[in-house]
Amino acid sequence: MATALDPHAAIAAKAGGLDDGVLRTADGQRLDRALARSSRAARRRAFFLVAPLLAFIVITFIIPIGQMLYRSVHNDGFSANMPQISAWFAENPVGTDPGEDAYAALSADLLASAEARTIGVVGTRINYEMSGTRSLFTSTGRQVRRGIEPPYREALLGINDDWGDPELWGAMRNVSTPYTDGFYLASIDRTRNAEGKIVQVEEHRRVYIMLFLRTLWLSALITGLTFLLGFPVAHLLATLPMRRSNLLMILVLLPFWTSLLVRTTSWMVLLQQQGVVNDILVWLGVIDDQGRLQMIYNQMGTIIAMTHILLPFMILPLYSVMRTINPSYVRAARSLGATSWTAFRRVYFPQTLPGLGAGALLVFILAVGYYITPALVGGSSGQLISNMIAEHMTGTLNWSMAAALAAILLGGVLILYWIYDRLVGIDNLKLG
Amino acid sequence: MALPSYASPLERIWHWSYLVICGLIFFFLIAPIIIIIPLSFNAEPYFTFTDAMLEFRPEGYSLQWYDELMTFGMGQPEAPRDASWLADMWANAKWVNAAKNSIIIGICSTLLATVLGTLAALGLSRPEMPFRRIIMATLISPMIVPLIITATGLFFFYSSACVPQGSWAYRLFGVFLSNSGCVANTYLGVILAHATLGIPFVIITVTATLIGFDQSLNRAAASLGAGPRRTFFKITMPLILPGIISGALFAFVTSFDEVVVVLFIAGPEQQTVPRQMWTGIREQISPAILAVATLLVLFSIALLTTVELLRRRSERIRGVTPS
Repeated sequence: MATALDPHAAIAAKAGGLDDGVLRTADGQRLDRALARSSRAARRRAFFLVAPLLAFIVITFIIPIGQMLYRSVHNDGFSANMPQISAWFAENPVGTDPGEDAYAALSADLLASAEARTIGVVGTRINYEMSGTRSLFTSTGRQVRRGIEPPYREALLGINDDWGDPELWGAMRNVSTPYTDGFYLASIDRTRNAEGKIVQVEEHRRVYIMLFLRTLWLSALITGLTFLLGFPVAHLLATLPMRRSNLLMILVLLPFWTSLLVRTTSWMVLLQQQGVVNDILVWLGVIDDQGRLQMIYNQMGTIIAMTHILLPFMILPLYSVMRTINPSYVRAARSLGATSWTAFRRVYFPQTLPGLGAGALLVFILAVGYYITPALVGGSSGQLISNMIAEHMTGTLNWSMAAALAAILLGGVLILYWIYDRLVGIDNLKLG
Repeated sequence: MALPSYASPLERIWHWSYLVICGLIFFFLIAPIIIIIPLSFNAEPYFTFTDAMLEFRPEGYSLQWYDELMTFGMGQPEAPRDASWLADMWANAKWVNAAKNSIIIGICSTLLATVLGTLAALGLSRPEMPFRRIIMATLISPMIVPLIITATGLFFFYSSACVPQGSWAYRLFGVFLSNSGCVANTYLGVILAHATLGIPFVIITVTATLIGFDQSLNRAAASLGAGPRRTFFKITMPLILPGIISGALFAFVTSFDEVVVVLFIAGPEQQTVPRQMWTGIREQISPAILAVATLLVLFSIALLTTVELLRRRSERIRGVTPS
């Protein structure tokens, strides 16, 4: 024990009758191991408390979202029902002219698929790539069932000229594998042409990039508006005496606690052409009865209603940061000769930045994913990308497309969430 | 916020205009919520104040839209209001049914979210919790991920989450599943989804309460011979109860106000109040919507009051002077 620095350890080691230079617990076990074991047990206990919820969230949330992401790259509507022509595409590189063998494979598949009544699925799948082709498949399927003779090329071209269209063959090649990036390409208004090159879709079908940009732009605008409206209010609440500010705080918290649909409804009621706001403007003589303003069912409706709905999410983080700002800094700046504007700009405002960042990120994240409010008050010019996802889910039933759009939106939101966690920390998220 | 006595005239002007601006913003926040209350008593099917209402003539006001809430969708709404009328209302009136569904789904999902969320928050607040940050981020994510994405994912998941009829699983869980044995279009599905959405709120509020919790109280209880369970129910739980309750209220409101997921995964059986409102607004908007909205505003006032009282109580318990 010549090297023992801790006299107690030396005594303990002597008392235990063990003299190998290792610290031991009273019952003679190695101290480092006992410590490791007990901290392992503590970690396990903590984890066991979290485990049920973690399992729950994984099953009811993470797996469904993962499944959705899978669906955005996987669609075997064509390849599973048209195996022979899919095999032909796999064997022959892009640019091969479809010969008699290709047409024979196609006819056999069309026949099998029409017999199995899956030709509708096949047609729908190819229709996503090239609109207007669904009926080509279903009608040809009907004719093929009545029987066709070789040569198949002439037979199919005899049924419909479109079977010679290189565009159609390009589209069939695109869908001949179960895994596809086609829906992601479509989400950015791109497609593969007959030569397999990525090109923009026709001008009148370019909607998605425009919608993504509009979503970003409107969300940024709404974030800016909530900042402009929220900052003075948060500042007032933070500087008033506690009793009065708590009273005013109710005016912020009540909208926060009020149902989203109630608030959207009241904006519909207020802003419609025969609504209260227009009535007041007519009564004041600002506008005449014929010139009632269209303030809803357009972008303006979306902007007004969403600004109102998201404003508390800006005020609350700003307020909680502003409460902690020491007023003597501003006083010191003033006493050193700064004007009140300079003192605000150089001393006060920089200190509010953490709250501003938290609020702005939160509002932006929430705005990007909004669905209900734009759907109700947005008209056609106030729709966001969420509305397009819903449209594909319930309207066109192009679920893979909905999944691809949702995946892109999800990616964006997760990046913002990661930034939020970095800058603010989710632990610091405050409610009410 | 008081103006110092040496303030220049310009500063005075700015100060007062600042207060006016703040007043206008407060008006913007609160006016849309308040305005629908008088409008819901409109005698005419309009969404604006009639002359009779503005002159406070009694014939301008009526309770007809509240009456419609109780009768909408009934077999014989005009029948004399006796026991059979009440039974008819209880069974058939659409808004009454929607309210029943909302409450059932809300309570079940809140219970689930609160129990699981509180346990997890207890674990997460222990200093020895491994991978704390990433687990926390995962558990909070249902709040951040846009509802439309959650709804899309759940739609695919629930319609594929089926058990074959006649299997042991169907015999065991069949009552919770739809006729085809799937989770889609069932109360179970909606409850699970709403619990998922409510969990982040429980975790956030309970974790916030636990930050101020003095761990030495637990050690004291243990040193006096209490087991972990006894310590939890006698010491920890009463102290963090305000946080748990306000988390539960948040979860309940989330469920009570949720429409996107319900639209995607619920069947006609699971009509909730927000979904009924959504249908009502989309198809032909009747002032009955305003009556519902008014009731919901009163409901949120009650909730706000409860949460505020809980917050003060929690601060008092923790020794912070209530403000």
